Amino acid sequence: MFESLDAVLLARMQFAFTMSFHIVFPAFTIGLASYLAVVQTLWLATGREVYHNLFKYWVRVFAVAFGMGVVSGIVMSYQFGTNWSVFSDRAGPVIGPLMAYEVMSAFFLEAGFLGVMLFGMDRVGRGLHAFATYAVALGTLLSAFWILAVNSWMQTPQGHVVADNGQFLPADWWAVIFNPSLPYRLVHMVLAAYLTTALVVGAAGAWHLLRARATAESRVMFSMAMWMLLLVAPVQIVAGDRHGLNTLDHQPTKIMAMEGHFESHPEGAPLYLFGLPNMETGTLDHAVGLPGLGSLILMHDSGAAMSGLDSVPRDQWPPVPVVFWSFRVMVGLGLLMLAVGLWSGLARLKGRLYDWRWLHRAALLAGPAGFVAVLAGWVTTEAGRQPYTIYGLLRTADSVSPIAAPAVGVSLIAFVLVYAAVFAAGVVYMLRMMARPPMPDEHGPVRGAPQRAAGIVPGGAAAATAGRELR
Amino acid sequence: MGLDMDVTTILAFTTAFAVFLYVVMDGFDLGIALLFPLVDDPGDHDIMVNTIAPVWDGNETWLVLGGGAVLAGFPLAYAVLMPALYVPVIAMLLGLVFRGVAFEFRFRSIRRRHWWDRGFVLGSLVAALAQGVALGAILQGVAVEGRAYAGGWWDWLTPFTVLTGISVCLGYALLGASWLILKTEGRLRDRAYALARPLALATLAAIAAVSLATPFLQGDYWRRWFTWPTLAIAAPVPLLTALVALALLRSLAARRDHWPFVLTLALFALCFVGLGVSMFPWIVPGALTIHDAAAPETSQKFFLVGVILLIPVILVYTAYSYWVFRGKVGADAGYH
Repeated sequence: MFESLDAVLLARMQFAFTMSFHIVFPAFTIGLASYLAVVQTLWLATGREVYHNLFKYWVRVFAVAFGMGVVSGIVMSYQFGTNWSVFSDRAGPVIGPLMAYEVMSAFFLEAGFLGVMLFGMDRVGRGLHAFATYAVALGTLLSAFWILAVNSWMQTPQGHVVADNGQFLPADWWAVIFNPSLPYRLVHMVLAAYLTTALVVGAAGAWHLLRARATAESRVMFSMAMWMLLLVAPVQIVAGDRHGLNTLDHQPTKIMAMEGHFESHPEGAPLYLFGLPNMETGTLDHAVGLPGLGSLILMHDSGAAMSGLDSVPRDQWPPVPVVFWSFRVMVGLGLLMLAVGLWSGLARLKGRLYDWRWLHRAALLAGPAGFVAVLAGWVTTEAGRQPYTIYGLLRTADSVSPIAAPAVGVSLIAFVLVYAAVFAAGVVYMLRMMARPPMPDEHGPVRGAPQRAAGIVPGGAAAATAGRELR
Repeated sequence: MGLDMDVTTILAFTTAFAVFLYVVMDGFDLGIALLFPLVDDPGDHDIMVNTIAPVWDGNETWLVLGGGAVLAGFPLAYAVLMPALYVPVIAMLLGLVFRGVAFEFRFRSIRRRHWWDRGFVLGSLVAALAQGVALGAILQGVAVEGRAYAGGWWDWLTPFTVLTGISVCLGYALLGASWLILKTEGRLRDRAYALARPLALATLAAIAAVSLATPFLQGDYWRRWFTWPTLAIAAPVPLLTALVALALLRSLAARRDHWPFVLTLALFALCFVGLGVSMFPWIVPGALTIHDAAAPETSQKFFLVGVILLIPVILVYTAYSYWVFRGKVGADAGYH
């Protein structure tokens, strides 16, 4: 049944599918690990139990999300070999050591201290327990650093030479790691993770406020999340703009696709708000654009000339509609986050942060916005790199394993079925935990105890009692 | 086979070390899941999971390092072996998904717990089988043309790989049983003792079968095990294995809680040395040596710096984590 589809397309579908499922969990756990480190620190610094309760409440959600990130992440590390073996052979000398550093400096740190963070409070005491939390949070950030170094090198490769056998050989590790797009990508992604987490935490708080079951803990977490949105959403927009300028320097065709610039604009390019990219005709149909604004944003001069895809051979075009639309989804959601953040600032000024129901409804609806924006952003940057795996140097079609299409097709179906079942269940469990407000006597992860079932009973009084008895 | 200790050789040993740590550490995790159906009481199931809950994630990380080390140090071997092992590798990854999420999920839903427990057992079984099959497939060799795998996607399936698959499952189950002996008490420990003896005998039979079959796979293996000078290195391995096996059976009979686990580790270590005698310096037997597949020295050296700086630190805090959760795990003493 897969003979009609080619192995390259199936391998790309498999990578896109497994990667998309994976990235939402790290995006959440990077932010949540830092949040846990913050509330843990606030608890140690102020002694206020509300922070300790927030830690114990969110660490249980973290455990589920982290577990799903781990199992979906191992899939990614092996998929380079199973489906992209030619890429692995060619690029292995450059990306292999970076990924090994990710394992050694980040994965072990997270995994080694996760057990202590989840179950070790009574065994190691507050200080060492906080240390474990910091280690896990640091691990998530180091992981982001190394894997984004790999991805950024694939986007903006430098510091290597190409050998006679086609392998990319590292010549200058510093140049490889700190390639031109790394700083922008790293800042943009970590901020995205923080915003994603803030939106989830804020939505959970808003839910409890709306249902009039908010505890002091619920209010504190809502307030913290809204501060994050207010302060970081504008910074993220600036960071995204800088990232875009960097992309214009190094991957101009990606920008052309993002902007829908099929034709060159020697007199200054418009900013297209909408339009239907047409790859056949090479035009943006029904375009609605603001004249000169594209050049103003990207070149800081509304009359600056900008080349379009008509200056690029067709076999080097990325899939324009995908890039064009995913970029607009990301930007739209970014503006939404900014709006919610500003609204919360206004509510705070008016003293209505905890009783402005429309704000709470908006925050609730915005809960998944971070995940969608992260996915849209990654689709933009990855599809925008096409038709290359290593930009300008190694084509995607030349990167794939010599594996029969049916093997890739069958494994793709297996991934779809397994991920749908497992991750749907995981999301339901996380939502169930968040549906219960954090209580004044919150209990942490409780292992192997039948009383755990009480943890999902609304109200939580029985659960809290059961949790205390277990300790 | 002279042992020239260049960077490539050091990295090959480092990679083998990472794979060995994965095999024994996740081996007992997977083994405990394989023993689930042989232990009846749900309360005992909870204890079994509790003995590994704080450490399984770290254990599994060695698998990522093993794969990452091959990619970093020997990218050509990675590019050849992964497509050759396509089916077992994907099966293992999917099995590990079910195994990994079960730790959290089985405590999230009473109604569906038996489903996640089933996923825990089947996922672990598939992962263990796939790892054994992959080992056998590497030993029997894969078709290589130029810089790529040149065979089909079912080439790995032979009677030999079925044998190695079953053998690894038996070995993991033995590791799991001896870990339970170490970490539990009372009825569950009794059950682990009762299971460990037949598992030890079955594992020893499997080791013997694989050892006897391996020299017939390739002429090179035969030469190494039965001619000088490699015979001198090879000969002590089966002798030591026999001694360890005897000590293991005696420690089980004498019910000395620490020794079965230690001796099972020794058994695995000896099997690993035996594999090394067969394979070194091949990384894709018959096709690529570690030097054929080696990344350029700049890559290997950069990786090696990380190994030297970070692996000792990792070992220290891993040991610390095991130390924090030391001692017997009782029915009432979950980790809170």
